[in-house]
Amino acid sequence: MTGANFGFAAPTAEAAGTEMTYIAAISEALREEMRRDGDVVVLGEDVGGSFGGAFKVTQGFADEFGDRRVMNMPMTENAFIGAATGMALMGLRPVVEVQFADFITTGFDAIVQFAATNHYRWGAAVPWVIRAPADGGISSGPFHSQNPEAWFVHTPGLKVVVPATPADAKGLLISAIRDDNPVVYFESKPLYRSLRGEVPEGDHTVPIGRARLARAGTDVAVVTYGAMVHQAVTAAQTLEADGIDVAVLDLRSLKPLDTEAVLELAVATGRVLVIHAANRLAGVGAEIAALIADEAFDRLDAPVRRIGGLDVPVPFSPPLEAAYRPDATRIADEVRALARW
Amino acid sequence: MGDIPLPAPPPETQLDLYRWMVLTRTLDDRIMALWKQGRGVGGTFSGKGHEAIAVGAGLALGADDVVAPMHRDLGCYLVRGLTPERIVANQLGRITGVTAGRDANLHGMGDLELGIIGFVSHLPQSMSTAVGAAMSFTYRGEPRVAMAFAGDGSSSTGLFHEALNLAAVQRAPLVLVVENNQYAYSTPLSQQMAIDDIADRGAAHGVPATIVDGNNVEEVHSAALSAVAKARAGGGPTMIECKTMRMLGHAIHDGAEYVPAELLEHWRRRDPIDRYRKRLLKRGVIDDEGVSTIDKECADAVEAAVEFAESSEWPDPASVERGVYAP
Ligand SMILES: Cc1ncc(C[n+]2csc(CCOP(=O)(O)OP(=O)(O)O)c2C)c(N)n1
Ligand SMILES: [Mg+2]
Repeated sequence: MTGANFGFAAPTAEAAGTEMTYIAAISEALREEMRRDGDVVVLGEDVGGSFGGAFKVTQGFADEFGDRRVMNMPMTENAFIGAATGMALMGLRPVVEVQFADFITTGFDAIVQFAATNHYRWGAAVPWVIRAPADGGISSGPFHSQNPEAWFVHTPGLKVVVPATPADAKGLLISAIRDDNPVVYFESKPLYRSLRGEVPEGDHTVPIGRARLARAGTDVAVVTYGAMVHQAVTAAQTLEADGIDVAVLDLRSLKPLDTEAVLELAVATGRVLVIHAANRLAGVGAEIAALIADEAFDRLDAPVRRIGGLDVPVPFSPPLEAAYRPDATRIADEVRALARW
Repeated sequence: MGDIPLPAPPPETQLDLYRWMVLTRTLDDRIMALWKQGRGVGGTFSGKGHEAIAVGAGLALGADDVVAPMHRDLGCYLVRGLTPERIVANQLGRITGVTAGRDANLHGMGDLELGIIGFVSHLPQSMSTAVGAAMSFTYRGEPRVAMAFAGDGSSSTGLFHEALNLAAVQRAPLVLVVENNQYAYSTPLSQQMAIDDIADRGAAHGVPATIVDGNNVEEVHSAALSAVAKARAGGGPTMIECKTMRMLGHAIHDGAEYVPAELLEHWRRRDPIDRYRKRLLKRGVIDDEGVSTIDKECADAVEAAVEFAESSEWPDPASVERGVYAP
C-alpha cells in the first residue's frame, strides 16, 4: 500500500488562517456564531459577567452580547440543561457550558432521557450544544479529569464530537451550533493552552461525522481522538526510527462515527490500534474494534488492539495518573507489538 | 444575629475554639504558600474566613457522630482528628495522605473511624449521604447525629432540596450547616437566588433554620450545640445558616477580581480569629503570652506536617488498580 490518503481530508495545511490556541479557537467559533445568529445564547455556571467561565472561554462575551445572552446560571445543571432544551424547542440555539465534563452527570436525565429522545418520540428538534471540558493528565483528581463520552455515544439521539486541533475546535463547534440535534462537544482541557495551530478565518465548518487523517502511514493504523491524537502522532514519529510507518486517524466525531474512514484504513494497513484516554472497558474503542472485526476481519493481519484508561477512577497523584493514562511510550510499544504480529 | 449576647462557654471551650481556629488558619496559610512557591500538586482550596464555622460546628459533635465537610472546612477535618500530616500529605499526593494519592486536595478526605465522610466534588452529594447516615442512626436506635455542610451555591441544586425534604419527612437527626459565603465561584448571591436568606429554604421543607454570624465562633458553636442536642433527642433536622465571606478566590488559581474590594474589607474587619482573640484577651481567658504560645505551637505543628508530607513517598504506580473494590 502506498502512503495514500484514502480519500479523506489530507494532513496538509488548512486554508490560510490565524495561529491560535485550541481554547482561543473555541471562543472564536462561539463569538462568530453569536455575531451571526441572534438565536445563539450561552448559559452555564460563571460564564457571564467579567469572569467569562472557569476556563475563560466566554471572557468578554457579556460585554459584547449582554447579560441576557450570556447567562450566569445558579448551580442547577439539571434545571439549566432542561431549560436549554426548552429554549431549543422555542427556536433558540443554546450553547451550554458545564463547568467540567465530570459535572455533566448532574444533568444526565435532562440530556439522555429528554433532549435526546424528543425528535424520535414527537418530531421536535433540540438544537443545543453542551460544551464539556474533559480529560486529565494534569493532576486534577477523580472529579475534574473524566472522559465520559461513552455514556453519550450510547444514547440514541445525541451527536458527540471531540476536536483535537484548534481548526477542528472551531469548525466542529460552528457545525454543532448549526446542527438541529443535541450535540455534546467534548473539549480536551490538556490542549487548551498547550496546543496552537492554524485556524481558518471566518465561516469554517467541519462536517460532523467525518474523520481526519492526522498522519498518513502504511504499516499500522492508530484510530483515536482528542488529546490522544497528539500522543499517537508523537509515537508515530518515534517509530520512524524502527522503520514502522504509522497512520493516525483522528475520529473528531464519535457519533455519528466515520465508519468508512475507519474501515478503509483498517483494510489498508491490516493492523489497527484504537486508543482513548477514557476507561478502556466498554469504551468507544470497544465499538470500533467490533466494527472492524465485523466488517474487515478477513483483511486484518493482526487482531485489533486497544489502549485506554484503566478501570479505576482517575487518580490524582502524578505517578498514579501516569500509570492510569495512555501515553506516547505505551502507544509506541503497542504499535511495535502489532507490527511484529 | 448576635442581638442577644450569648453566655460565654467555659474557658476551656473558649481556648479550644480559639486554638483550633488558629491551627486551621496557620495550616491554610501554609498550604497557600506552598502552592505559591510551586510546591503544590494540582489545585487546592482555601477556607480562609470559614474557620469559625468549620471549628464551631465541628466541635459541637460528639465522638460517635459523623460529619460530611466540604472544601472550605479544613477546621472541621482537624477537630475530628485528621492530623495536619495526613492532610498536607493528601494535598501533595503522597502515600501517607488520607487517600494515599487517589483523591485531590480536600476531596475524599474521609475516615469513618473519625466519623468523617469523604468529600465528593459534585455538590452537595455528601449532604444526602449525611441524611442517610442520620437515617441509619434512627433505624438502629442509636443516639448519634449526622452533620452536613453545604454552600450558598450548593443550596440551589435540586439535590439540596430533595435531601432537606427527605431529612424532614424522616425526622432525621441531621444538622445542616450552610456556609453562606456570598459567592459560588464567581457567582454572587444575587445571581444565585432571589431570596435574602437561605434559611427560607429550610422553612420551605419544614426544617427549622437559624441564622448566625458565621464569623462569630461562639454563636456558631452555640447554635450547633442546640441543633445537635435536639437531633439527638429525636427532634429532627435543623439548618444553621452561617453568614460569612470567602476571603480568597474560589481556588488557588482564582484571583477573585470579581469580588468588590469594599466587601472584602468589610469582612476583613470581622475576621473570626482576630475578633475572638480580642474577645478572649478582654475576658482575660488568655494573655499575650498565651496567644504567642498557641501561635508557636500551631506554626510548629504545621511545619512538621509539611516536612512529613514532603519527605513522604509517592504512591507506587503499580498499585494504581488496587482498592477499587472492597476486598
Ligand atoms: C454539581 C456541581 N456542579 C458544579 C460544580 C463546580 N463547582 C465547584 S465549587 C462551585 C461553587 C460552589 O459554591 P458554594 O456551594 O457556594 O460553595 P463555596 O465554594 O462558595 O464554599 C462550583 C460551581 C460542582 N462542584 N458540582
Ligand atoms: Mg459559596
